[in-house]
Amino acid sequence: MANLESNFIGIKSPNPFWLASAPPTDKEYNVRRAFEAGWGGVVWKTLAEDGPPIVNVNGPRYGAIWGADRRLLGLNNIELITDRPLQTNLDEMTRVKRDYPDRALVASLMVPVDEDSWKSILERVIETGCDGVELNFGCPHGMSERGMGSAVGQVPEYVQMVTEWCKKHSDLPVIVKLTPNIADIRKPAQAARDGGADAVSLINTINSITSVDLDLFSPEPMIDGQGAHGGYCGPAVKPIALNMVAEIARDPALAGLPISGIGGVTTWRDAAEFMALGAGNVQVCTAAMTYGFKVVQEMISGLSQYMDEKGFASTGDLVGRAVPNVVNWQDLNLNYVTKARIDQDSCIKCGRCYAACEDTSHQAISMSEDRVFEVIDAECVACNLCVNVCPVDGCITMERLAADEVDPRTGQTVSDDYANWTTHPNNPVKCAAE
Amino acid sequence: MNPFAFALNFYHLIKKGIVEYWEEIKIQQLEVPLRDNSLTPGIVAGRLDQAAYAENFDDLHPRLDDHEALVAADRCYFCHEAPCITACPTDIDIPLFIRQIATGTPEAAAETILEQNILGGMCARVCPTETLCEQACVREVAEGKPVLIGQLQRYATDTLMEAGVHPFTRAGATGKRIAVVGAGPAGLACAHRLAMKGHDVTVFDGRDKPGGLNEYGIAAYKTVDSFAEREVDWLLKIGGITVETGKRLDRDFTLDQLNTDHDAVFLGIGLGGVNALGLEAEDKDGIENAVGFIAGLRQAGDLAALPVGRDVVVIGGGMTAVDAAVQARLLGALNVSLVYRRGRDRMNASAYEQDLAASRGVRIITNAQPVAIHGNGAVREVEFEYTDDDLSPTGETFRLSADQVFKAIGQTLVGSDLPDLAGRKIKVTGAGRTSLDGVWAGGDCAAGGDDLTVTAVAEGRDAAEDIHASLMG
Repeated sequence: MANLESNFIGIKSPNPFWLASAPPTDKEYNVRRAFEAGWGGVVWKTLAEDGPPIVNVNGPRYGAIWGADRRLLGLNNIELITDRPLQTNLDEMTRVKRDYPDRALVASLMVPVDEDSWKSILERVIETGCDGVELNFGCPHGMSERGMGSAVGQVPEYVQMVTEWCKKHSDLPVIVKLTPNIADIRKPAQAARDGGADAVSLINTINSITSVDLDLFSPEPMIDGQGAHGGYCGPAVKPIALNMVAEIARDPALAGLPISGIGGVTTWRDAAEFMALGAGNVQVCTAAMTYGFKVVQEMISGLSQYMDEKGFASTGDLVGRAVPNVVNWQDLNLNYVTKARIDQDSCIKCGRCYAACEDTSHQAISMSEDRVFEVIDAECVACNLCVNVCPVDGCITMERLAADEVDPRTGQTVSDDYANWTTHPNNPVKCAAE
Repeated sequence: MNPFAFALNFYHLIKKGIVEYWEEIKIQQLEVPLRDNSLTPGIVAGRLDQAAYAENFDDLHPRLDDHEALVAADRCYFCHEAPCITACPTDIDIPLFIRQIATGTPEAAAETILEQNILGGMCARVCPTETLCEQACVREVAEGKPVLIGQLQRYATDTLMEAGVHPFTRAGATGKRIAVVGAGPAGLACAHRLAMKGHDVTVFDGRDKPGGLNEYGIAAYKTVDSFAEREVDWLLKIGGITVETGKRLDRDFTLDQLNTDHDAVFLGIGLGGVNALGLEAEDKDGIENAVGFIAGLRQAGDLAALPVGRDVVVIGGGMTAVDAAVQARLLGALNVSLVYRRGRDRMNASAYEQDLAASRGVRIITNAQPVAIHGNGAVREVEFEYTDDDLSPTGETFRLSADQVFKAIGQTLVGSDLPDLAGRKIKVTGAGRTSLDGVWAGGDCAAGGDDLTVTAVAEGRDAAEDIHASLMG
């Protein structure tokens, strides 16, 4: 069994699977259950400054979208940060950390943007013995209207300023949690680094309305006939999160900035993908909320098996391994020519590839009277749509044309030289060929 | 209590004491008289208790609930020019109706079904989908588990019909009058389409109720809760259709008369006769036609009142044979044998129906044909001879005990002055045109079909379109 031990900015945990700051980490009871189930760490549900507790809505706080068999694909919430007294949370955190010293315990914080507020909460949080703090600059609903959460995360100057305060008033590792509701994720990441952050974590939830009740004409989740946008998470957001993680990981200006990957991690495979794109660990919420804490056991066994198969001695061998392969479009090799290939033995003759290609693409698949579907190489641009719509895994694949073969679509002989858009003759600003 | 019994009881009273006496009286009152059961020889009623009848004749495939329907619908791949549509005799746009179910609009799905097949509710119950749409389903090819097209069709049509909605309306009145003979699937489909086109239709049927084989000829567990009757009532909501039951061709009117009095005639008279075995002593007590048994069962108010043999032999290999054999078992017959003269692969009953029969305890014997009936007054045994696949007798015989025999070896067309025949059925060209001007035919009575409800519906519908086209020029 591979060694899954994780050391993320000096915070050690037996595995890289942490529960994200969210409803599952709001109470001692839940967190103890999580640790018993095997989670490597938790980021405690975001703490607010001392005072009258936060108030939540008393109607539904979650909305969802589903796939086949009501499989939950996306979850949206309008819950706010913890609505329990600060001292209650601090006491519980202290007890939990005492009882689970090998697990990571990180405090998520959100207080008004003034130095005293941050200084004072940090002083109290340090006493719990927690391993670090995460600054919640990401929640997109409710708190943002009060100048906190994503309202901070969307202004790089604020991100930097608050991070600086936190580094100044504590010695704890500081993780800055970023909002995806921004045009360029690298800007707040850079601000966090400039403020002295030890790491960034991303993504927080995405502004969303999950659906509209077509009888009440109310957004979901509905509160008395009305709805407010919530934060979207779960499997549906993973591709967006992966890209944002990669954008930071491959930015030379941000090189070496540790990343905690968040956004739709549901299986070990999702976690491995985040890590391959540069995340040092991952944080999970929706999968646990959907299936319970036990899912971590599949994540542990799956990642372990994968690492063994790959011969990775530690998670460090995996982290960032895909980053060099994330490039800009203009760097893609235009001499990589492929054609779709349909395996007639596994084809079940549904014709979806044909409909997709004929109606919406390049008319590159033929259909015979007895429903044999074949690729017309002279038309196939290798778009991959047929692969994506085919219901049979592995039935349609992309096959690379070998060098010196002629692409019947272009009439050009395929070259095995690398050539991209920057040197292409059609590019008006192409670089001079050396 | 007679005096002797009283005296005896008085003796008991003395001997055992009052308390014991009253206990005994109570036990005597509780004792149930010995009832007939599956072991009772002969043809008797009430072999089972009421709960068993109810369970045995319950819905074969209960309607899918909402979630089951969504899960089943989600398995459809929405194939391009889907093979299931091609396989459906009525060309229902199956991927479209399934997508309509998946998106929460079963009423729209029902309309998609019913505009092609007005008896889509019954077809959802009785179609041999395993040899039609579901056999063609690409998921049958891929996984051996087709999309549950039949059950989804039922989900959609039941939803609409239970809401009491009839989604079709009549075109403006044409003033044309059309006679439909036979209120079975072909006749009803034809009548409905003609009514939609604005024609006035009179449907004649010799039986007491409309519905034809839907009402009289299908196993009860496939169409529970008087569905056939409810479906006809629903179909007639289109308006413009008058149903005259108890009116039989040749007995109450002639074809010539109808043709004179109407602008067109559609014959959907089915096959009214039953083939005989051609054996001596075929008229012995206990020997019946399977169709009569099935019809009687469908119309029975109390299944416990229906007599059935202990040892039942069904002769034949089609759906009628299976329906009779299975239902005989469900009524409590101890031994039911279905005997067919060729191999299993030649049976008209689908593999699914054969499996259903086997699962209900029917013994299927193939490659054997009846050669003699034994018994004194009533049948006691049927003697069979083994036959090769080409039906040549092997000379080897065996006997099956039988106190009841059902003949299910096919039905025949009955009628005089009918249009020209092709073989033993009415010859048709195009969409049901017969050799007589103004007379169309479809369903089981017409040559060329496959004796399925769904085919009859298609033929009735298409004949209606052709009648409309020819009347309206």
